[in-house]
Amino acid sequence: MKPPPFDYHRPSSLGEALDVLAGTGEDGKVLAGGQSLIPLLNMRLAAPAHLVDINRLTDLAAVEEEPGGLRVGALARHSRVERSARAAEVQPLLGQALRLVAHPVIRNRGTVVGSLVHADPAAELPAVLALLGGSVRLARRGGTRDVPAAGFFTGPLESAAGPGELAVSAFFPALAPRSGTAFHEVARRHGDYALAGVAALVGLDDDLRVSVARVACVSVGPVPLVADVVGACGHRPPASADWAGAARAVQDRIEPETDIHATADYRRHLTGVLAERALRDAAREALHA
Amino acid sequence: MPERVHEITLTVNGTVRRVAVPGRRLLSDCLRHDLGLTGTHVGCEHGVCGCCTVLLDGEPVRSCLTFAVTADGHEITTVEGLADGERMSPVQRAFAECHGLQCGFCTPGFLCTVTALLRENPAPTDEEVLEGISGNLCRCTGYQNIIKAVHRAAELTAEES
Amino acid sequence: MTTKLFGEPVQRREDPRLLTGRGRYLDDLGPDALAAAFVRSPHAHALIRDIDVSDALDVDGLVAIYTWEDLPDRLAEPLPLLIPHPALTHGRTAHPLARERVRHVGEPVVMVVARDRYLAEDACALIRVDYEVLKPVVGVEEAAQGARLVHDDVPGNVGAHLVQEAPAADGRDARELIEDAPHTLAFRLDVERSASMPLEGRGVYARWDADDSSLRVYSSTQTSTSVRMAVAAKLGLPLPKVEVIAPDVGGGFGVKIVHPWPEEVLVPWAAMLLGREVKWAEDRREHFISSAHERAQVQFVRVGFDDDGRLLGLEVTILHDHGAYTPYGIIVPIITSTQLPGPYKLGAYRVEFSSVYTNTVQVTPYRGAGRPQAVFCMERTMDRIAAHLGLDRTAVRAANFIQPDEFPYDQGLTFQDGRPLIYDSGDYPESLRMLKELIGWDAFPAEKERAAAEGRRIGIGVGCYVEGTGVGPYEGGHVQITSDGRVHVSTGLTSQGQGHETVFAQIAATELGVPLERVSVVTGDTRRFGYAVGTFASRAAVMSGNAIALACRKVREKALRIAADALEADPRDLEITDGMVHVAGSPGAAIPLATVAVLSNPLRYAFDAEAARATQFAGASSPDRPPVDEGEEPGLEGRDYYSPIRSTFASGMHAAIVETDPLTAEIRILRYAVVHDCGNLVNPMIVEGQIHGGVAQGVGGALYERMVYDGHGQLLNASFMDFLMPYATEVPKVETAHLQTPSPLNPLGIKGAGEAGVIPVSAVIASAVEDAEGIPITRMPLSPSELFDLRRAAS
Repeated sequence: MKPPPFDYHRPSSLGEALDVLAGTGEDGKVLAGGQSLIPLLNMRLAAPAHLVDINRLTDLAAVEEEPGGLRVGALARHSRVERSARAAEVQPLLGQALRLVAHPVIRNRGTVVGSLVHADPAAELPAVLALLGGSVRLARRGGTRDVPAAGFFTGPLESAAGPGELAVSAFFPALAPRSGTAFHEVARRHGDYALAGVAALVGLDDDLRVSVARVACVSVGPVPLVADVVGACGHRPPASADWAGAARAVQDRIEPETDIHATADYRRHLTGVLAERALRDAAREALHA
Repeated sequence: MPERVHEITLTVNGTVRRVAVPGRRLLSDCLRHDLGLTGTHVGCEHGVCGCCTVLLDGEPVRSCLTFAVTADGHEITTVEGLADGERMSPVQRAFAECHGLQCGFCTPGFLCTVTALLRENPAPTDEEVLEGISGNLCRCTGYQNIIKAVHRAAELTAEES
Repeated sequence: MTTKLFGEPVQRREDPRLLTGRGRYLDDLGPDALAAAFVRSPHAHALIRDIDVSDALDVDGLVAIYTWEDLPDRLAEPLPLLIPHPALTHGRTAHPLARERVRHVGEPVVMVVARDRYLAEDACALIRVDYEVLKPVVGVEEAAQGARLVHDDVPGNVGAHLVQEAPAADGRDARELIEDAPHTLAFRLDVERSASMPLEGRGVYARWDADDSSLRVYSSTQTSTSVRMAVAAKLGLPLPKVEVIAPDVGGGFGVKIVHPWPEEVLVPWAAMLLGREVKWAEDRREHFISSAHERAQVQFVRVGFDDDGRLLGLEVTILHDHGAYTPYGIIVPIITSTQLPGPYKLGAYRVEFSSVYTNTVQVTPYRGAGRPQAVFCMERTMDRIAAHLGLDRTAVRAANFIQPDEFPYDQGLTFQDGRPLIYDSGDYPESLRMLKELIGWDAFPAEKERAAAEGRRIGIGVGCYVEGTGVGPYEGGHVQITSDGRVHVSTGLTSQGQGHETVFAQIAATELGVPLERVSVVTGDTRRFGYAVGTFASRAAVMSGNAIALACRKVREKALRIAADALEADPRDLEITDGMVHVAGSPGAAIPLATVAVLSNPLRYAFDAEAARATQFAGASSPDRPPVDEGEEPGLEGRDYYSPIRSTFASGMHAAIVETDPLTAEIRILRYAVVHDCGNLVNPMIVEGQIHGGVAQGVGGALYERMVYDGHGQLLNASFMDFLMPYATEVPKVETAHLQTPSPLNPLGIKGAGEAGVIPVSAVIASAVEDAEGIPITRMPLSPSELFDLRRAAS
């Protein structure tokens, strides 16, 4: 299990990185944390001709508050975001999700943006970005574009980042007032990819009645599935909202598949259980916000 | 055609080492085979078992999921660098005292992980210990004595500081 | 006595080197060796039409490529069938490199040698093998139908078929007694595949010395002596020209007892041919698809019993999945069928197994070696009987126990060593009493009720086993005391982390009366000890421990004889304390063992002050006797062997409390308790460690680990991502209590402990989940998804 040969590039500036990526096109692959890419290389399931190592671009390691949210640079490791007190205040769902990402040692190296670009439908962070309606900033030689989450995840392990493009940052909208979030999942072992997982966002209006109720589900479709369930749970105070009905609405939307760890039926069932738990927890957070 | 090699400099256990490696050389292989530090073990080469864990700038990382070239210019601590001369570190001594190892193959990864864990959190709770070592597989001990050893290491460190 | 070390929780002598990175595992050796890699079959069943290596020839650093066609006579033959058995009528083994046909994904087809492993893998990727893909046989039931064959010349895919009958005392057989029993039950049980999965894979490193025409092989093996014989035979070398060393080994758990692996003969062969050092270190994917698995069985049970739950007759029919080959014979199903009775008197017993071939990785022993399946069967049966009669599960077990005054107890079967299955010792009622106290069995119903009131589901389970340990034929020990007072102990069997260096040193230090620090132990190095069997079947402490004790006693006797001469005392009045031989009760007149060692070896040449005391002109020997007396040998050393009449039988009982989530069907182990009897404990700390590790592997087998093959014979989870070995977060704390019924069969009174922990865990967890859920549990492992399915089927 040794990686196949590739041409190694280690740009020292963003401009240089974009030049290299422009030159390598389809044959170029970006290396940030490498915690998903290097296993694939070691198993020879991927064999890019060029590897562009962005670990020298330390400017991209920033985690910064921006109007309306948090911008996480391409080199910001999971552990850094997880430990950031500011990030936790601006958008608590990030920390709630990051605690569920693999194990602490993997989080020391893996990056938030890398996880988004990897676009694994079983991963937590794509669900977070999708639930919050965040975006990913893609740079290429001569320009940048912001791709909203809804258009960023295009399939299992497929994202909108094209040849020659580098995902330089991701933007996570801040938690609105009187809102709460929660992330619940069930994995076979602690730290494994979830059999099913649900991130929930609940917002209350001035009368403390549910006005926003949305979930994002992992491991139950080709891309993170976002479901708006505010209609299903009713425009009521959290204590009397129909969270079970909302969970059933989520179950109706998902298309889980059977694999060696769980059947589709079990995943559907589990998603319902977790959706109800996550929505209730998020609503409780919203009441205390 | 011979593969292109890159000259890199690593500070390993406090010593500056220069080595020429192909871009694809895993840090684990570089430490073991290029620098002769075979204490770092390789159990899966896909980042799950944790045997290859070393400290990169003080933080535990998987050396099988890191290219040596990426570590150029950085500091690395391996199991060979944990002891203070001939005296084993509190973590090492605690593992011996609590029978926290059997075949010893996973042990270097645990030692590096636990060393960093206790540096950050000198008196972890049971739950924090579990979370801290949750990414390291051991096939021999059933973990019970490893958990005991982490607490014992915390005690020894506190006594000796 | 200061040197009494037997029974003490002495810290391990292996640890300082293993904790500081100074252990030497296989891949730590030979930094300049060439690297081997293998092209392995991607198909479960196929004919090889052509192998095209032309593209690989351009790889920089390539040294050699070998296929079956290149192998010389003996290497071209199938690998040995290690343990033949009359019932194994159709034993089959693989060729070192596939000849014409591959029978499982992962079978080696081409060997590549290159400057390093990266380049060797590059070359492998460029070798094109043209296969004619055949439909595979996957799963025991498909195999048993025999519609397609794994081996064309094995009808019905049946490699072995064996029936054993142990009739009742009155001569009536099991079927008859079951027919006539007041109560009968019949059901099916399933156990799935798992594997040893040591964290260090296999590996071989060979050095050929052309000047000396000798070969040195390092292998990550559980038996270096037998690898040596196999390598010498396969390569046509004189045995004294081959040495095999097991260096530090990163876990074995059974898989490394198989030998010679293809790589164990191919790598030394290539080293000889190339005149270069060659090394192969197995990677994780190779280990999944090219080593060995175990456990898969389907069991059909019929049982007859009386109103008290006493067994009258038991009939078990087993379909055993043997994978593609049978290199290790049929040891696993033999053990299942003969260890199934456990601590019980069965009335009459009939067991029948068919061992069938499938197009999957071969099956050889994994820690427990057929016993986890046996115990799953017996203990599920006990729980069924209890449920049927509405009795307490422990009461049914107690009603069937062999009693302490009934030892030796003959089960009327033939064990894996070909000898009668006679239990030597034990106290099962006491063991159960201790277990019930430890787990709080009698208080549990109230606890369960309280939990239910809170909406929680908890359940308690129990499982009992008897384990034949320390099987023969023999092991040996050699002990030498040198003139510096150091004690050098060696034995031929190998170590994989069990702490042999420590426990054997404890035994030697105790027997000889020397400080532990003076004793050093070497295992698994044929340069030091050539005769051995290997490390398996929980036999190291029993076999080598006793052999070393016997060798020490020889040395001690000689030392006392020599010291008696020097001290002008009667040897019967002497004892050894702290390395000093002295008259009992009179420490003044004493002579160090170092001096005794000097005196034991009359010299002509003095090379240091110590030796000067033993030269011809300085020695104390009498002028009318030869310097080395008749029947004596120079030197203070001794060798002895321990060869038991039959196995010792350790035993134990486990209990667990589990909680199942009413909504998510997740299963959590809240408590796990073990009562264990392995006779006298040499080092309780190490025995406890063995139990903890065994239970953890058992938890893996009960709730997490399975090898998942699809219909094409592809292993779908050949990685640590998807083969779910438990982390610290999945393993419960194990509470232990020890019962010590010494074995009467050996001088030290010990029984083996290595495998014990893993054996009953699946049975215990099944029992506990069944108690929590009220749904029969008939297969292991059990995932939340499966529990969810069971709940739906039950409602």
